[in-house]
Amino acid sequence: MLELVIFSSLNGVLYGMLLFMLASGLTLIFSMMGVLNFAHASFYMLGAYFGFEISRRIGFWPGFVVAPLLVGAVGALVERYGLRQVHRHGHVAELLFTFGLAFVIEELVQMFWGKLPVDYRVPASLDFTAFTLFQTTYPAYRMFMLLVAVGMFVFLLAILTRTRVGLIIQAALTHPNTVAMLGHDVPRIFMMVFGVGSALAGLAGVIAGPALVTQPSMAALLGPILFVVVVVGGLGSLPGAFVASLLIGLIQTFAVAINLSLSDIFGSGGAAIFGDLWQATVAQLAPVIPYLLLVLILIFRPTGLMGTRET
Amino acid sequence: MHRFWKRSILGMAAAGIMAWGAAAQDTIKIAYIDPLSGGGASIGEHGLKHFNYIADMVNAKGGVLGRKLEILPYDNKTNPQESLLQAQKAIDAGARILTQGNGSSVAAALSDFVAKHNERNPGKEVIYLNYAAVDPVLTNDKCNFWHFRWDANSDIKMEALTNFMKDRPAIKKIYLINQDYSFGQAVRSQAVTMLKAKRPDIQIVGDELHPLLRITDFAPYVAKIKASGADSVITGNWGQDMALLLKAAADAGLQVDWYTYYAGGAGGPTAIKQTGLSHRVFAIVEGHANVPHEAAQKTEAEFRARTGLGVWYPRVFNQMAMLVAAIEKAKSADPVKIGKALEGMEHATFTGGKGFMRADDHQFFQDMYIASFGPLEGGAKFDEEKTGWGWKTVGKIDTANTILPTTCKMQRPS
Amino acid sequence: MRSSLGRYALWIGLAILFAALPHIFTSGTSLTKMSLMGIMIIFALSYNMLLGQTGMLSFGHAVYYGLAGFMVVHFINRASGGAWPVWLPFVPLIGGLTGLTFGIIFGWVSTTRAGTAFAMISLGLGELVAACSLILRGFFGGEEGITTNRTRLLRLFGYNFGPQVQVYYLIAAWCLICIAAMYAITRTPLGRMSNAVRENPERAQFVGYSTQMVRFLSFCLSGFFAGIAGALAAINFEIMNFLSVSAVQSGTVLLMTYIGGVGHFFGPILGAVLITWLQSSLSDLTGAWMLYFGLLFIFVIMFSPGGIAGWIMLHEPLARAGLLMRLLPAYLLIAVPVLIALAGIVGLIEFGHHYLVKGATDGTVVRVLGVALDTAGPWPWLISVGLLAAGLILGRRLWPVVTDAWNGASAELKRRISA
Repeated sequence: MLELVIFSSLNGVLYGMLLFMLASGLTLIFSMMGVLNFAHASFYMLGAYFGFEISRRIGFWPGFVVAPLLVGAVGALVERYGLRQVHRHGHVAELLFTFGLAFVIEELVQMFWGKLPVDYRVPASLDFTAFTLFQTTYPAYRMFMLLVAVGMFVFLLAILTRTRVGLIIQAALTHPNTVAMLGHDVPRIFMMVFGVGSALAGLAGVIAGPALVTQPSMAALLGPILFVVVVVGGLGSLPGAFVASLLIGLIQTFAVAINLSLSDIFGSGGAAIFGDLWQATVAQLAPVIPYLLLVLILIFRPTGLMGTRET
Repeated sequence: MHRFWKRSILGMAAAGIMAWGAAAQDTIKIAYIDPLSGGGASIGEHGLKHFNYIADMVNAKGGVLGRKLEILPYDNKTNPQESLLQAQKAIDAGARILTQGNGSSVAAALSDFVAKHNERNPGKEVIYLNYAAVDPVLTNDKCNFWHFRWDANSDIKMEALTNFMKDRPAIKKIYLINQDYSFGQAVRSQAVTMLKAKRPDIQIVGDELHPLLRITDFAPYVAKIKASGADSVITGNWGQDMALLLKAAADAGLQVDWYTYYAGGAGGPTAIKQTGLSHRVFAIVEGHANVPHEAAQKTEAEFRARTGLGVWYPRVFNQMAMLVAAIEKAKSADPVKIGKALEGMEHATFTGGKGFMRADDHQFFQDMYIASFGPLEGGAKFDEEKTGWGWKTVGKIDTANTILPTTCKMQRPS
Repeated sequence: MRSSLGRYALWIGLAILFAALPHIFTSGTSLTKMSLMGIMIIFALSYNMLLGQTGMLSFGHAVYYGLAGFMVVHFINRASGGAWPVWLPFVPLIGGLTGLTFGIIFGWVSTTRAGTAFAMISLGLGELVAACSLILRGFFGGEEGITTNRTRLLRLFGYNFGPQVQVYYLIAAWCLICIAAMYAITRTPLGRMSNAVRENPERAQFVGYSTQMVRFLSFCLSGFFAGIAGALAAINFEIMNFLSVSAVQSGTVLLMTYIGGVGHFFGPILGAVLITWLQSSLSDLTGAWMLYFGLLFIFVIMFSPGGIAGWIMLHEPLARAGLLMRLLPAYLLIAVPVLIALAGIVGLIEFGHHYLVKGATDGTVVRVLGVALDTAGPWPWLISVGLLAAGLILGRRLWPVVTDAWNGASAELKRRISA
């Protein structure tokens, strides 16, 4: 039992940190530009595929550095020549633009790399067992992922609180109009934030690709969960996104381990009324829980856990 | 006066219909309805290559009854409703033989559609040949005369698998992990009942249903398997659910035997090779590339040379050979006659075994193999997905040991 | 008097068109396709009650369509063989009521919010129902869904609705009724208030309306019509499965509506017809049809946010004044570079698709207009890029001709109005 708890916690935290790498970029983009970027998970996927392509030609480490930069460049281009064009048609058009973009990216990835998972491998230098506990091994690569995620978190925090750009971004989060009036080149900041956000997603993709499976549906699998994270955490709140990422990561991981159903708790009486729902175990319902949480949060606490503004 | 016009118009119409009919008689059209775009495209395209390859072989020998076979591909996007639209298109194009395989949901919809179509359009019947959808219900409660299946349904596969496990005393604790939908549940419930009957000493230490194609990280499930102390896992998982499960297991150093239905599916071999689980992943199949049967090995080599991929569906060869035999036996490509000729037909299968199409439920029975995946050895020639690893037979279940009763009660056309 | 006659003429014309179509396109395939178009027209129009009229972006509209479809399938199965005295033509009402019921339940929780929050709730609810559809097997029938037989109900005037053509007329009749009803709703005070809520919720509130109530009512009505569409789908296909409530179905209706045009009542009708046709026909021609779809969607968002309808209505005043012919030469001229550029894009996609998807197994050579081109070599690419560049450059050169013609016609129009 203890073994299960320890490993589930580790996996939950890891999954949560991975979510945060994406959620942080998404939050920054949303709070600055008002765009909920549907294609954010697609940049994560692009990161994984770019990383794969580079790693099979040159090696994992060059890919680790170059792929996120490439994804960031793609993101910046999308902002400059796509989103900015659409901006004048309003927020709905922007949201739909990213929706269409996610669709096109998935199709292109399928065209270039095929539908089947690609053979994206953990680098040999990290392909060993980090530690063994109760005869269960924990791979070093997962520790590396955790390390990168934490490193990125610290880096982001430092930029936002210690640098001039960070201060402008922080100001833009709360008072976007005032910042523009102060004479900052807001469109350029937008492009930069979009690019950096995409690059972060790309980085998440590069490190998640070998651990999970790199395949064209990886964006569609993660995308909706990502929205849950940013909404539950509170749109526009970075600390909120952090808490919500960990929360969702742990809930998802632990729910899997619970084999209870409503009929186990309250007896089989309710089965007549609720049918299959009464018999379903928590583990079976695990993927539904985040969405239930999303709906409940939006109804009862519209600002999210730590958000300040209503959406 | 009027009669003259009426007659000439009728005459012209009749002539037109006959001319059209004669044109349609030129080839025997077989409509292939499977995904050819989007998610399932790579699998659908590869299935199509099997049919085209066989049609070319048959046509090179002069066709059937002097007529050539023609394969008409239709893209159903793995969507049941879209499949019905495509089936209608196929029928309009003159196809009276439909074939499909990917997805039991599509198969159930098509089987139902064909039954209704034939009931409402007497004289224009179509027949439906199913080469891969394995939901048992299609040859049990929802069976009908027009549906024929060449793949072993999931219950038959479990019967064969448990007959194999029966004689492996090393298996003591089994963990079941399956996708939470009709197929996964069928695998799970059959495993429980059949194991109880054949090996009451085996302990089922876990019985997991996880959501279909929605899990990104199987590490938590693997932690549960590990905690249960299982030595073997039975799973009906396919696609990414198979690949991700094996990957998470390899990461956690889980040492168990994997008894699977679809480890050989697209992407499966790549995933197994990545995990390095040599000869610990087993699949239950009706044949594989390294079955030492001369004709099959020859065809395998030719097929690979032409398409770049291996023969995934030996059953398609069985299906098409039996279709040709049925048309020749009935001396007609009329679906009603083909159906009657197929009932009870015996056939020497692709890998050299003896199979037969049971008349009661239109299920084909054949030898089944348990194959394991690992580095090629012992003169085996063919690897999968360019991994350098290939399949090896570890057990064979004769046709007689795969037969299960059916609940099918079908109405036959007079 | 004349204008009202004209208004009726439009509806009568539509009815005649619906009645005549099966005599023009007689094959079983076209009947099936036209039936599907009728269903999608209702579905897209119901979606536009939210997006176009009230400004609510929903990512889960298939929920009401799908749930109603399932309810109708169960209903027909129960009522089969004369168990209940119902005739098939009235069954869509059951679907409508189901849609309405779920519209009330889910609308209650989701319409408290507007904007992005509403979009997110609709996404969450959609995912919730989609995930449940595989767990609750009793109602949704698991992966293979639930089938029914529409001919088992009581006969009405001897029709059993077995043949597709009878179902087509049933769908066409409902389609006409629903179009008329939804059009009428846009003319009611509720319809007007919805527009106000879309344009400026604060002002709408100042006038004394509860914006939340307006959103809620629109949402319920939209659910009702989506339910009718779902019911007709159930009758048409005689099967419902989990895909009907999935995100894919929600995405499709969004695509249809937006490409057709959200700003005009008839936009979604165009979108539904076009996209349904493309879905079943384009896939016969190319394996990359989904990519064309996505690109078309992005193109519309970027360059024609009013959709096809918006572009057409731009010309309405000119057409009324009989000035449309003045634009024709310019449009014909600009069509040349547009077609050239389009050929370049299609070439890039198709060659790319062939080389990347089929090249490994079928060989890289592809035949275009009888000429064999090797996609592994540079020529197909150079030709495509060349066409695209030529089209773009030529288009930029010729564009002033179009703007001149447009400005000329507009000026003429202004002159006539002031005269």
